[in-house]
Amino acid sequence: MANTGTEHTVKAFDTDINELRGMVAEIGGRSEQAIAKAMRALEKHDLELAAEVVAEDKLIDELEKRIDELTFQTIALRAPMADDLRELIATFKISGVVERIGDYAKNIAKRVPVIASTHKLGPASLLPSMSNIASQLVRDSLEAFARRDADLALEVSERDQIVDDFYTSIFRSVITYMIENPKDIGEAAHLLFIAKNLERIGDHATNVAEMVYFAAKGEPMPERDRGENPTDLLEEPTTGR
Amino acid sequence: MMELIDSTSSSESPTMTESSVPAISAGDGPLKMTTRNVDVFYGDKQAINDVSIDVTMDNVTAFIGPSGCGKSTFLRCLNRMNDTIPIAKVTGEITLEGEDIYAPKMDVVQLRARVGMVFQKPNPFPKSIYDNIAYGPRIHGLASTKEDLDNIVETSLQRAGLWREVQDRLQDSGTALSGGQQQRLCIARAIAVDPEVILMDEPCSALDPIATAKIEELIHELRGKYAIVIVTHNMQQAARVSQRTAFFHLGTLVEYGVTSDIFTNPTQEKTRDYITGRYG
Repeated sequence: MANTGTEHTVKAFDTDINELRGMVAEIGGRSEQAIAKAMRALEKHDLELAAEVVAEDKLIDELEKRIDELTFQTIALRAPMADDLRELIATFKISGVVERIGDYAKNIAKRVPVIASTHKLGPASLLPSMSNIASQLVRDSLEAFARRDADLALEVSERDQIVDDFYTSIFRSVITYMIENPKDIGEAAHLLFIAKNLERIGDHATNVAEMVYFAAKGEPMPERDRGENPTDLLEEPTTGR
Repeated sequence: MMELIDSTSSSESPTMTESSVPAISAGDGPLKMTTRNVDVFYGDKQAINDVSIDVTMDNVTAFIGPSGCGKSTFLRCLNRMNDTIPIAKVTGEITLEGEDIYAPKMDVVQLRARVGMVFQKPNPFPKSIYDNIAYGPRIHGLASTKEDLDNIVETSLQRAGLWREVQDRLQDSGTALSGGQQQRLCIARAIAVDPEVILMDEPCSALDPIATAKIEELIHELRGKYAIVIVTHNMQQAARVSQRTAFFHLGTLVEYGVTSDIFTNPTQEKTRDYITGRYG
């Protein structure tokens, strides 16, 4: 039984829920903006903009804390049930995931000074396109949250494969580049890490979508067939998917 | 006064029911009571409409719903307490261990010993603690000697978690106990006649949170020894003490299911609206 947004008899409960939803929209918007800014800084070698992304990450961290506090408080005071409970649990988890998305954007921004000297993305020329898609997934996953839209959530999860495919492609071209240009291996490694960050952003958008689906439907999102990723064996172990 | 119109065989699969809301029983342990297509009328007014529910031995069953939804009326059908209301008419089938409790041959006094009841307000007899417990076993002839009776009194008070608090003052008046103790005395009194089912109608609504917690703990301990059905206004309580929850609304059974499912993911919009506080 999905949440239709009908009002509670106790109006203050709706006030809490709406405030939380507003903050989730804000943290989502800030994280998405952080990705866009970090990528622009990378493409333009704009160190100032990169520094701005790093500084603004504190706002995202602060928002996460406020969301968690209010969620915790609402659960304690309102004893929510059913879809309300699911939505609050989802909110709690989404805030953490979106904060991580902000961290990945910050991490991309931090690499800008190190690879500024090349003045082009070389073997990783697909990074801006990959970033656009990853950002879109973040935006759509939070749009799905705002609309309590399980179908859009499912679609986000399916579209994550596009980001994964970009990653595989960039991975191959960067490795080839490294073999051919051993002297640039350091910078190329940074580009690879940026691609990996974007790939993780896509995964986190999927995590958000999974939470949205759960909150809406009361059951876990069906597993998607991810296929085999040729780079899986070369990845560092990560927590989560 | 009482009619029995539905003579569906109790040997039929208990999961099958003509009601729109399926009764639960499969995999739920031994069936203790079944109700099929139960209607209750107070004069011309229909208070219960086509309710079918199974009560099992291993699960505490909670009835929830807004005031006037029929949950207490339905509970009172389970030991024929509605017989005491002249204009009440119950139709459909209610069985205890496969036996039709509205059959003419059913001894109602015996039935109410087998299906005991605890009420909203503790109602100890104005007698000693001992006599409160001993009363039932005496009239039902459950004890032949003083020792037997003493044993029943002690066991019942122990099962009700009251023995340690009252063992030194069994001759004190039951009404001198605190509200929570009186309610546990009433539970001990119900237990004393060795019932199969205990019905509880808002047993904690007159109690403070600590006395409430003790009753809830007691319900937890009694689970499995008796089939327990509890009516409660307090949804958190239903969530805490029961394994099966039935939601009633305007005399109909809207949803009956596993308690954790009802409170995390109800299937019916009415249930959702009620438990999340969107009702009315």
